[in-house]
Amino acid sequence: MSDATTATPAPTGGTPEVSHISEAVIRIAGNSQDGIQAIGGFLARLAGRSEQEVMTFMTIPSTISGGPSIFQVRIGSGEVLSAGDEADVLLCFYQHSYEGHVGSLKKGGIVLYDSDHVKEIPQENLSKYRHIGLPISSLVVEAIGGTGRDKGKNVYSLGLIAKMFNLDVPKLHRLLSERFAGKDPKVAETAIAAFNGGYSHTLATAAELFKFKPGENVGHNQIVMGGNEALAYGLIAAGVRFGAGYPITPWSDIMELLRKELPKYGGSFIQCEDEIASVAMAIGASWGGRVAVTGSSGPGISLKTEAIGWAVMAEVPLVVVDVQRGGPSTGMPTNVEQSDLNIACFGGHGDSPRVVIAPSSVEDCFYTAIEAVNIARKYSTPVIILTDQGIASRIEAFKMPELEKICQDISPDFTPVADHKPYDLAATDGITRHLAPGTRVASGKYPVVTGLEHDELGHPTGSPKLHVQMTAKRRNKLKKLGADLPTPTVFGPSEGQVLLVSWGSSKGPVEEAVKQARAAGDAVSGLHIKYLNPLPNGLEKIFEAFSHVLVVELNDEGFYGYGQLGAVLRARYCDPKIRGLTKVDGLTWKIREILDRVKAMTK
Amino acid sequence: MTALSFPSENLTRTGNLNLTPVPPIPEGERKGLTKKEVAADHPTWCPGCGDFSVLALYFKLIEKRKMHHEKITTVAGIGCSSRFPYFVQAHGAHFIHGRALPFATGVSLSRPDLHVFVFGGDGDAFSIGGNHFTHTARKNVKLTYCVMDNNVYGLTKNQTSPTSPLGYKSKTDVWGSGDRPVNPMKQAICAGATFVARTTHTNPNHVLQMMEAAMDHDGFSFIECLSECVEFYPGAFDGANPRKGGQFPEVPKDHDVTDEYAAYKLAEDLMPGKFGIFYKVNRPTKNANEAKIVSTNREKFAALPDWQILQKNFDRMK
Repeated sequence: MSDATTATPAPTGGTPEVSHISEAVIRIAGNSQDGIQAIGGFLARLAGRSEQEVMTFMTIPSTISGGPSIFQVRIGSGEVLSAGDEADVLLCFYQHSYEGHVGSLKKGGIVLYDSDHVKEIPQENLSKYRHIGLPISSLVVEAIGGTGRDKGKNVYSLGLIAKMFNLDVPKLHRLLSERFAGKDPKVAETAIAAFNGGYSHTLATAAELFKFKPGENVGHNQIVMGGNEALAYGLIAAGVRFGAGYPITPWSDIMELLRKELPKYGGSFIQCEDEIASVAMAIGASWGGRVAVTGSSGPGISLKTEAIGWAVMAEVPLVVVDVQRGGPSTGMPTNVEQSDLNIACFGGHGDSPRVVIAPSSVEDCFYTAIEAVNIARKYSTPVIILTDQGIASRIEAFKMPELEKICQDISPDFTPVADHKPYDLAATDGITRHLAPGTRVASGKYPVVTGLEHDELGHPTGSPKLHVQMTAKRRNKLKKLGADLPTPTVFGPSEGQVLLVSWGSSKGPVEEAVKQARAAGDAVSGLHIKYLNPLPNGLEKIFEAFSHVLVVELNDEGFYGYGQLGAVLRARYCDPKIRGLTKVDGLTWKIREILDRVKAMTK
Repeated sequence: MTALSFPSENLTRTGNLNLTPVPPIPEGERKGLTKKEVAADHPTWCPGCGDFSVLALYFKLIEKRKMHHEKITTVAGIGCSSRFPYFVQAHGAHFIHGRALPFATGVSLSRPDLHVFVFGGDGDAFSIGGNHFTHTARKNVKLTYCVMDNNVYGLTKNQTSPTSPLGYKSKTDVWGSGDRPVNPMKQAICAGATFVARTTHTNPNHVLQMMEAAMDHDGFSFIECLSECVEFYPGAFDGANPRKGGQFPEVPKDHDVTDEYAAYKLAEDLMPGKFGIFYKVNRPTKNANEAKIVSTNREKFAALPDWQILQKNFDRMK
């Protein structure tokens, strides 16, 4: 809670002081069925509607039902780049939540705990943190009656938080009514009663109350959603109308949303028997004339690689979403990792160049999906969107996209043609163009799309010369894409001691680390790479101006001491100052971790 | 943030220099195709291969039913018979081993205006692609699947196939196969295929008859066509060829094609077995089910442009 004006301790029995703050990190810890994600969701949405920035962080157990779970919300009146290293307020429902998360509080932070369940508070903690114990479970029963107290606990606690942070009650009431609209009206009434119960509970024991400074995003019409949602809606905006998939965490949200939404636009999403069928079906539909989507997480991507190789060979456009989680094998299904870069860029047999791009935030998920579709169409190629569990499960507020301008129509064109050779080696731009089946070719010569090496019409050939030419054709069209890619701009000064290179969800933490390092007087800058395969040109010029290039990624340092993007950059630039700054603990970056590692590596 | 590095482009297909649009021909003025117009590459099959007759009868079907080039799509996986798309002058796709059915499903569901024909062999259908066979049948996707069953892996030169009979000696079972063979008819009936027929390459009229009936069926239509591999399993189907001393027993006239148990019973013996339509029922297709979901959903948004439908969702997320 930076900028907090020092509050004087509350006089006994009086009203606590109100501090004006510009940001706060609130962590809620309980079990997965307590609905704590709902509290987090309400807080995030409220922040969005209050023109504030917001970012959330969630851990979910991979057990079937139950198990400890947390949701962390960071709300700021200014820019918010990460979910926050330390919490200002911890709300905990159980003894295990207390024990597991009290360490995440900053010194002097507030623990709000359910004294019905949290019984043991170690003596040494009392001086470190401010403790407020309330019998939340019993109070909920008082507020809404004897039934469903587990259900009301989250909303009651939301009331407590609303009181503590002086949140906008009418807006929260509206959010609650919207959320429970359509169900039995009693449900919404009970929710509001629970909320009011919490809100009106006297927090006289609290040492301090807070009030957010007004948000800076004034006039922004903000929208609040999660990364997977943004990606799915981006695909719809891009004009995708067919998809196929198989359930796997954390990709399933995307397929569920598309299954429900696509029919509104005349499309459909098919749940398949397996991952291979999903990619095959999406490729079939893409060949049918309109870019289709499939997706998965690591294990499913492994299964799809043969078919992706076919799409590279046949040069059929396709979008594949990989919501990365901890690997290898089943790995850590509900944790974040960026260890699928290699399989995305190089997975599969043979020389199979394809495009890989990675979104860096929830908002970026929306636009990256559109770009992926456009690149797939323009270069007639599979494009892999490499997102991750961290972005997938977090909620952010961002500016409402201008949908009327953005939404695309990519319906196929069936105008009959005189003649056609899809794999024309003389094509001016070197890019394959397929005819959608259903298109008449007046010459009577029809093309075949194939995984065999082929001639210009798609018929098989064993000609060494053609294999050389077609391999070059597939490579060169994407080299051309590489040349068209914008060179990324340096975050901070374009020369200095350390350049922190990020990709995907590491962007926010790296930029926040850069800000903190610079504030401390260190010459640290950041460089975010969105287009991972092919890479944009001109990176070597940027690297030249720094003594250390540290590639920050959530994967293992490998045999040779650098992570997966680090290895690619090393291979391309042969520059020994490129090193890896990696970790695999399944959690997003803390700013402190990055800064400590930078210090240790550049001593 | 919101500037796209790759904005939408109005992509024409003029990346190809030789590509010029031609005016459409009114439907009534188009003639049916001749066999010469439908034939593409000369087949690479061994002389005497049963697949030749399946291809010839497919041409005949196209000719007889006056189909147009562009409305036909031939899809295949990997194997000798899966080379089929190269030999047909039509939009074709030669996909990966065992996955022709899901690929074809993608085409069928997104392009209901096309006739989707899938050709393949017993390895593609019942071994590597076994899972897809079950699920495509169960979903009742509108397409025709013709399995040219030769009871052996031919392209890879004589290994045991999932339909090789017990005791069949191959390079992978030099002492004779010991795995119980798949019974394609039973497999199809159990999986929920709505059209199940059996024929053999040595009876051309019967093949054509089955192909026509399969094409006219609204749903997943499956034909097992015995097709001899003269190279690795010569004489495999002599028992079903009257010219070689065998028999050609047709499905009895009084067989009820909607009776699943009777159909299963007909599939009991493998050689020569029965020939004809074993099973045929009408069940809503995946295509129809999806179309229904679409129309129910579309009703609510009547004439709204796509961006406004999306806007409605986004407005709720403020």
